[in-house]
Amino acid sequence: MKKLINSPDTVVTDALAGMAAAHPSLAVDLENRVITRAAGRAAGKVGLVSGGGSGHEPLHGGFVGYGMLDAACAGEVFTSPVPDQMLVATQAVDGGAGVLHIVKNYTGDILNFQLAAELADDEDIEVASVVVNDDVAVQDSLYTAGRRGVGATVFVEKIAGALAERGASLAEVAAVAAEVNERSRSFGVALTSCTVPAAGKPTFDLAEQEIELGIGIHGEPGRTRAPLQPAGAIVEIVLDAINADVPVAGDLLVMVNGMGGTPLIELYGAFNEVSRYVTGHGARIARNLVGNYITSLEMQGFSVTVCHLTDTLTELWDSPVDTPGLRWGR
Amino acid sequence: MNAEFFRAWIAEIAAVAAAQRDHLTQLDSAIGDADHGINLARGFGAVQTALAGADTPTPGSVLLLTGSTLISKVGGASGPLYGTAFRRAAKALGDEPVVELPALAEALEAALNGVKKLGAASEGDKTMVDALAPAVAAFGKAVSEGADAPTALAALTDAADAGAHDTIEMQARKGRASYLGPRSVGHEDPGAASAALILHALRDVAARQAE
Repeated sequence: MKKLINSPDTVVTDALAGMAAAHPSLAVDLENRVITRAAGRAAGKVGLVSGGGSGHEPLHGGFVGYGMLDAACAGEVFTSPVPDQMLVATQAVDGGAGVLHIVKNYTGDILNFQLAAELADDEDIEVASVVVNDDVAVQDSLYTAGRRGVGATVFVEKIAGALAERGASLAEVAAVAAEVNERSRSFGVALTSCTVPAAGKPTFDLAEQEIELGIGIHGEPGRTRAPLQPAGAIVEIVLDAINADVPVAGDLLVMVNGMGGTPLIELYGAFNEVSRYVTGHGARIARNLVGNYITSLEMQGFSVTVCHLTDTLTELWDSPVDTPGLRWGR
Repeated sequence: MNAEFFRAWIAEIAAVAAAQRDHLTQLDSAIGDADHGINLARGFGAVQTALAGADTPTPGSVLLLTGSTLISKVGGASGPLYGTAFRRAAKALGDEPVVELPALAEALEAALNGVKKLGAASEGDKTMVDALAPAVAAFGKAVSEGADAPTALAALTDAADAGAHDTIEMQARKGRASYLGPRSVGHEDPGAASAALILHALRDVAARQAE
């Protein structure tokens, strides 16, 4: 597997240094691997901190900026960051109104953010946490670690970020973040595996004519394999899974997200199929995103995330945002 | 067993983690996200650096620095879990300069309980607990029956190996492997495998020092 890197050991810090060089709006603490807004903390505003393993770019660092995150912590590739990083980020963005941790539901992320929240509490910083768990491919039961946090993370960061920008309280920002998560469902499909730089070979093997259904964002195998089929049929499997969990109805925010190695021509083709499916079910795609927003290195594949909008959520979605990964209205 | 013994244990773990890095990562590729060996090797490498630059006069201080460094440097689930295990063991050992077998048994018990509580995992969930729990029980039993160190440590590692092997047939209920549901069956849990390696390192260091 060929990679455009200097070495597996420096891939994360090289990318962070590149983000700093490319985006003067960001401040990057290379030692702690924390990205914050260059403008610094905003007094009286709730701070939004997220983070996770690297390899999902633009998530999370590319979503730091006005109207979205205040800080992002970057872990090793596909490995949660550590509590020390999260504490540094939390301290950096605490403007006195408290800090919201946005955590994707993976055991490592949960444990490390939990330890970080305890450290922040020792520093008398008020922290609330919202756990994102929107992946319908995983049954939420006593027999699993619960549903994974995937595409809805982008929606949560955008909408909670918009509310925080207006001076809402920590409880209000945490509540809207939880509401977006509850109203969102996702499902992902892989056409190929991906290669963790330090591992040097693909995480799993897929035959030429095989696809993996119900994948997360770490190259982990999904629940089942199926033969490769036309995009329309794959999208139907994806949306049937989402629709079976919460029927699609009303105004929807829909993201067709590339996993890193899928060209836009295919993502738009998939979006066309999604649009047809949603319309056929009497619902409406009121807002959408098509592109690479929460990726899995160079994996070929895509995920669909559906959020059931309310007027308030739509209005917050439309609010100005100015980050490397998402920008409008400002 | 003094501080030097425990530093030797940690050094042995670091060497084994580096040597078994690809094997553990391979196990993790099957049912996880292909980083367990990479993270452990990186973590215990960082622990070696920390221990080299610190004054750790007691067994407890060695294990406390080990645990804190793992929590600070590793990330993922294994960082907090192993970090907590070493920190709990350290607290159980207190400030004693020399540790005998019964105190070590209590420390391992405390480590196990720390992992179970933080990870909310029980035996049968296909996690490191499935290697640690039978190992700690077998070691405690052997020590309470008056076994010498080689015998008790053999009981420890035999039970850990059997426990790790038993995870092959289990369906994961915790951690990333649980997303696979029934497809997690047929693969050894990488956390159980690494837990067994860590306990083997303890036995190997003790055997070497007895020579």
